[in-house]
Amino acid sequence: MADAVSLVDLKFEYRKGRPVLDIPSMRVAAGERVFLFGPSGSGKTTLLGLMSGVLRTTVGQVQILGQDLVKMSPSQRDAFRGSHVGYIFQLFNLIPYLTVEENITLSCRLSPERRKRLAGKSLATAARDVAARLGIDGLLKESVTALSVGQQQRVAAARALIGTPELVVADEPTSSLDHDHRERFIELLFEATKAAGSTLIFVSHDRTLQPLFDRAIALPEINRASKLEAAA
Amino acid sequence: MVVLSLAWHSLKNRKLTTWLTVISIALSVALLLGVENVRTGARESFSNTISGTDLIVGARGGSLQLLLYAVFRMGSATNNITYESYQHFAQHPAVAWTIPYSLGDSHRGFRVVGTTNDFYEHYKFRRDRKIEFAAGKMPEGIFDVVLGSDVVETLKYKVGDKIVIAHGISTKTIQDHADKPFTVVGILKRTATPVDRSVYISLYGIEAVHIDWSDGGPPMIGEEVPADKIKKDELKIKQITAFLLRTKSRIDTLRLQREVSTFEDEPLQAIIPGVALAELWRTIGFAEDALQVVTLFVLIVGMLGMLVSLYTSLNERRREMAILRAIGAGPMKIISLLVLESGLLAIAGSVLGVALIYGLSFVAQPIVEQQFGLYLPVQPPTSTGYIYLAAVVVSGILIGFVPAVKAYRNALLDGLSARL
Repeated sequence: MADAVSLVDLKFEYRKGRPVLDIPSMRVAAGERVFLFGPSGSGKTTLLGLMSGVLRTTVGQVQILGQDLVKMSPSQRDAFRGSHVGYIFQLFNLIPYLTVEENITLSCRLSPERRKRLAGKSLATAARDVAARLGIDGLLKESVTALSVGQQQRVAAARALIGTPELVVADEPTSSLDHDHRERFIELLFEATKAAGSTLIFVSHDRTLQPLFDRAIALPEINRASKLEAAA
Repeated sequence: MVVLSLAWHSLKNRKLTTWLTVISIALSVALLLGVENVRTGARESFSNTISGTDLIVGARGGSLQLLLYAVFRMGSATNNITYESYQHFAQHPAVAWTIPYSLGDSHRGFRVVGTTNDFYEHYKFRRDRKIEFAAGKMPEGIFDVVLGSDVVETLKYKVGDKIVIAHGISTKTIQDHADKPFTVVGILKRTATPVDRSVYISLYGIEAVHIDWSDGGPPMIGEEVPADKIKKDELKIKQITAFLLRTKSRIDTLRLQREVSTFEDEPLQAIIPGVALAELWRTIGFAEDALQVVTLFVLIVGMLGMLVSLYTSLNERRREMAILRAIGAGPMKIISLLVLESGLLAIAGSVLGVALIYGLSFVAQPIVEQQFGLYLPVQPPTSTGYIYLAAVVVSGILIGFVPAVKAYRNALLDGLSARL
C-alpha cells in the first residue's frame, strides 16, 4: 500500500532566512494512526497546513496519497484538499450560522469530488450515518451555537469524516476538552476513521494521549530547523 | 448555489448590520427614485399644464410671452387681436373648437379671464382631464363669475357672493369696476394647474365692465352705464387677447400655424403648446440636474456604508474563512461569497427602496398635489429609474470585491491558524 504521507527534504519559511520546517524525511503509512507531538511553536500547525495544501512550499516533496502537492496549482490543491482531506481544528471548527447538519455536509456541498465519495448516499443519509457514529445524530437540526465544546468537536470530526477522506488531520482537537471527554472523543474518532479506512494524523502537545496511537512522531526530532534554533 | 446559500445564511446571522445596511441602501435608492419621480412628475405636470390644444394664437410677439400669459397667467400681452380675426379662425373648416381668452383685468391679485363656455367644455389638462365644477354651474349671465380653486381657498368665497373686478393686473389698482359687481355662480375643482389661479367671466362680462370706458380711461362721473341697463345682445365684442385652438385632424396643425402667422388682416402668431412648453422647461430645468447630483452623492454614501460594514465584519470572520479554506474552498469561492453578500445587500436594498418610494408616493401623492400643485404619477420606474437600480446592484457587486480580495488575502495569510 502506498504511503498516505511522504515528505522528502521539505523546507518552509514564513520569512526569508527564518526556516520553520526542515524535514529530511517523514512517512505515514495508509491506515496508520499517528500521534504527532511537539511543544507550542514547533511548527505543528504549519506542517499540517503544508500537508493539506493550504500552505505552499517550493522546496522538497509533499506527497499525499501518492500525489505531490508541490507540483499542483493552488486551485488543484484546494480541490485535492476538499476531496481527500478531513481537517479538525483545535477550536471553533464550525460556521456559526449553519446548523449541525449543514456544517457536516458543507465539505460535500463545496466539493463535487467529495460528494461523489458518498457512493450514492444522499447528503442527509451520509450526515446521519457519520453523526450516529459520533453520537451526535440527535443534534443534527440544532444551531451549532447551542452546543457544548465537546459536541462541537464531534460535529467537526463528523464533517472531517463525511465522504470517507483518505487522510484526516486533527490539530489538537482535544485540548479544550476535559479528561473524560478527551478519551471518549479519541475513541469515537478512532472508530470512525477505522470505519472510513482513513489515515489519521493527530497533533497534540499532551503526551498522555500517545499510548492510544499506533505510532508517535516527535516533530522536533525530525525537524532540523528546530534543532538549529535550539542550537542558536 | 452552495455559496449563495452560505452568503444568505451569513447575512441572516448578522441581522442587525444586515438590516442597517439594507435600510441605508434602501433610503438612498428611495431618494434617488423619489427625485427621479419628482423630476418626471414636475416635467409631466408642466408639459401637461395644458393638453388637447393644438395651437395657441395671439398677437405677434414673443412666443414665450404668449405661452406665459395664455397658459400660466403671467405677464401680459402687448397687443390684442380683433374679434373678427378670431371669428375667422373659429369658423375655419379645419378647426374643431376654439377657446377665446380676454385678459387684462384682475381680482385681488388673481387674473380675470374672459372666455366663453367653450372653456368649460373643451379645456383639457394632464392629457384628458376636463374642467369640473366643485360647486355651482357654468356662467350664463353677463355678470356671472366662476372661480378657480386657489382663488376660493385664498379669498374664501362661496357661490352667491358678489365680487368686484379691478382694472389692470396690479393688486394695488385704484381703478375698479365697483359699479358692476359680479356674482359667483360656480367654483372649479382643483386642477393643480394655473387654471386654479384665475377668475372666469364671459367675454360679454369683459365688454360690459368696459362699456362706458373710452380711450383706456374710466367714464366721467355721471356717465357710467348702470349694470342693469346692459343687455347681452347690445354688447359687441371687439377684441380678445388670445385663443386656444383644436384642429379636426392633427395633420392640419402645421398648416394652420402657417396660416395664422401669414394672416393678412392682422399680425398674428400661433405656437404649439408642447413645443413651447418643452422650450420653457429647458430654460428652467437646470435645477433638476443639481438635485440629481445631490442624490447621486447620497447613493454613493449609502454604498460606502455597505463597504464599511462588510469590511469591518471581515475581522470577526477570519475564522470562518479559515474553516472554509480547510474544507476545500478555493479563493474563488471565498471571493464569490463576499461578492454575493454585497450583491444580495444591494438587491435587497433596491427592492426595499422601490417598495418604500412607491408606498410613500402613494400616500404622499394627494398631499403633494394639494400643497404644491405637483402631480406625481405612481407608475413603474422610468427607464432612468431602471438604469439607477441596475447601477446600484452592479456597483454593489463591484464594491463586494474590495472586502472579498481582503478576505482572500487574510485567508492566505492565516492559513489554518487564524485565531478567533
